[in-house]
Amino acid sequence: MNRAGAARWAIAAVLVMSATPAAAEVHAFVGAELIPITGEVISDGVLVIDGTTISAIGPASSVSVPSEATLHDVSGKVIMPGLVDTHSHIGGPRAADGSAPIQPDVRVLDSIDARDPGFQRARSGGLTALNVMPGSGHLMSGQTVYLKLRPAETIDDLLIHTEDGRIAGGMKMANGTNSRRDPPFPGTRGKSAALVRASFVEAQEYRRKLEAAGDDAGKRPDRDLAMEALLEVLDGERVVHHHTHRHDDILTVLRLREEFGFKVVLQHVSDAWKVADEIAAAGVPSSIIVIDSPGGKLETVHVSYENGRALEEAGALVGFHTDDSITDSRLFLRSAALAVRAGMSREGALYGMTMAGARMMELDERIGSLEVGKDADIVILSGDPLSVYSRVLETWVEGEKVFDLEREDDRLIANGGWGAGNPRHQALDCLEELEVGR
Amino acid sequence: MSGATRTLMGLVLTALLSFPVASPLQADVLVVKGQTVYTMAGEPIKDGVVVIEDGTIAAVGAESRTEVPAGAKVLEAAVVTPGLVDAHSVVGLAGYLNQRQDQDQLERSSPIQPELRAIDAYNARERLIEWVRGFGVTTIHTGHAPGALVSGETLIAKTRGDTVAEAVFVPAAMIAATLGESAVSSEPKKAPGTRGKLAAMLRAELVKAQEHAAKRERAEEDEPPARDLRLESLERVLSGELPLLVTVDRQQDITTALRLQREFGFRLVLDSAADAHLLIDEIRAAGVPVIVHPTMARARGERENLSMETAALLADAGIPIALQSGYESYVPKTRVVLYEAAIAASRGLGRERALGAITIDAARLLGVDDRVGSLEVGKDGDLALYDGDPFEYTSHCEAVVIDGEVYAGEQTWRIVAE
Repeated sequence: MNRAGAARWAIAAVLVMSATPAAAEVHAFVGAELIPITGEVISDGVLVIDGTTISAIGPASSVSVPSEATLHDVSGKVIMPGLVDTHSHIGGPRAADGSAPIQPDVRVLDSIDARDPGFQRARSGGLTALNVMPGSGHLMSGQTVYLKLRPAETIDDLLIHTEDGRIAGGMKMANGTNSRRDPPFPGTRGKSAALVRASFVEAQEYRRKLEAAGDDAGKRPDRDLAMEALLEVLDGERVVHHHTHRHDDILTVLRLREEFGFKVVLQHVSDAWKVADEIAAAGVPSSIIVIDSPGGKLETVHVSYENGRALEEAGALVGFHTDDSITDSRLFLRSAALAVRAGMSREGALYGMTMAGARMMELDERIGSLEVGKDADIVILSGDPLSVYSRVLETWVEGEKVFDLEREDDRLIANGGWGAGNPRHQALDCLEELEVGR
Repeated sequence: MSGATRTLMGLVLTALLSFPVASPLQADVLVVKGQTVYTMAGEPIKDGVVVIEDGTIAAVGAESRTEVPAGAKVLEAAVVTPGLVDAHSVVGLAGYLNQRQDQDQLERSSPIQPELRAIDAYNARERLIEWVRGFGVTTIHTGHAPGALVSGETLIAKTRGDTVAEAVFVPAAMIAATLGESAVSSEPKKAPGTRGKLAAMLRAELVKAQEHAAKRERAEEDEPPARDLRLESLERVLSGELPLLVTVDRQQDITTALRLQREFGFRLVLDSAADAHLLIDEIRAAGVPVIVHPTMARARGERENLSMETAALLADAGIPIALQSGYESYVPKTRVVLYEAAIAASRGLGRERALGAITIDAARLLGVDDRVGSLEVGKDGDLALYDGDPFEYTSHCEAVVIDGEVYAGEQTWRIVAE
């Protein structure tokens, strides 16, 4: 479609949408290779989305296209579930401040700019769900937030609500060198663990007081938002996303989890290949990052492309993250491809980009695979997801197209160019530690 | 299967010693066969062969039409390319630990220090050199980094050798300069504090160097001007002996670099040039080559408007380009130029031009195309061997050859401290 045609189509689409606001749109994608993740690849498939969810998927021979569906000829293309990034810093997130090393009451969602162009860059990379986290300069830097990359003007447009009505998100923790600072921050690894342990014990005491008070409001301790957030962690309602690099720091996370029983996802896990068996034995998932070269940061000098393979072989759950802006959301698929380069299975790597992340964020009932009833979060690619020559052509979230490489403004975001850099917040996270030697 | 095992399986390394030879092998011969051989000096050769004698290419051609000496060591791969040339890096001065003791790429004591020689800082045993070699990089243009108005010299080295002398083959390649925010002093009231001041200081120093040269020419034999290593370095720029490598990103800084070039007539090489896509006509008219920023460089700060299509846009306009790994202050501590070229290939540059930008075109831009950058008789025996399209994410570099010596490809995925 030429540009004028596209514009006319867009106008027509707007007219149609405004004329029938209540009708759920039905779209049928016909002819693509479908990678459902939880099932076999379908070479000549049909995917039907009805409103916000997937209503049918299968080979062209067995799926009938509803008469009301808008047809999309996607022959020669590849469709897979929207990518799930388990660790991102887009939107300028800022949670805990410098006043204390443990701040569980601070919420990252109160700091995010939903209009940050970083979100559209993520859509252009095929991302549809994110875990946006505060930085790693604290033992506990606050509550993370899980987002759906719907079209958004405010943060509320991006939030995910759990079935019990809570805003979905985890808790960010870190160990190793980033959180070692001047007092009141810890100066050593031993002190770091001691402070975390003391906080969880304090939360256990708080719960004991709550339970002792029972229904007697007069005996209840004063509300303490930090303690309440820690109890969510201890009760398994809020998953800990734990920044950790060195093998001994990874083992410290496993030890603290053993002591307090919280749910945890290991994040970065640079030395994973050294302790893959221990991670697998603990049944703890790992969200890994793939960096072009080792070094740059003293505790990550042994980071390896082989982490994905090592964890997969050990039987651990492996996902990936961008840590945007450490790696570029637009090129997120590259992380999976480089893990395959170092021996991870293709299936494992694609699972790691989608279902694994969904499981780590406990959203796997709704996202992560192409299955009937799941959210219609899809990526349309020009070819093999693991090829450098493939491009993300379209990204859809909950039945709505949120990125289209044919659109000029989206193309600018996807490739860069004049105006692509209009003011945006830059996540700093680990880059807070830019100075050499820190 | 581990990467190492696969590499060993994929790499057929056979010494064909069973064949009796009429005359004993005089020279040290290596034969490299490829299902596709990109010579970068003509069309790719199907089922090609490269013969290297005593470190130099002695023959290149189709296997069916090339005489292969008996008794030679033979390597085979799906794809053979010239050893890759990284047109701008800092490895060897910037080390992977990123600690003060291994960061010698930038001296901040004074804004203009062209007399700093890269050979005095290059650590030939730096692990990042071995790392990039594993992906097929055999030649690097490295040295003093962007971030000071004039930061010092650069050099050109092979990615091997235990000492600087064994590695380096162009001890002084260019003088590195920076125009833009990163060269502005972070201390208030300390020059250079603005873009205007950067240009004024560079202009003043170049004028001083002109006068120093003129004074020496005028001087009687017994009264030449006092030696000044700083000015002598800049004189080498003014005389055209060394290009001025100017790192610029914002469009106004690119035009300042072009303006200074017109004023002083030095050989200008634009580096990074994030906004170059806005100034294609101006750059082409100036006849200036561009070492384009890493394709995957982070789009922020002065590079906020960078485009992954810039290499293609400049090449389409006929502007000589090369690609680079560049400088990173954090992670990844070095980029891999093969990866940067791969993304450029997928963003309009195409496979062969992208390969050119990290082989022959980079070598030409650096002035070392008489030795490296293509597979031609008489050139250095520098090759990279891949098990598929070198740009595909899932391909592997299986072996690297430098001056006829064979090195491991990317079979080592980990840098483990000694």
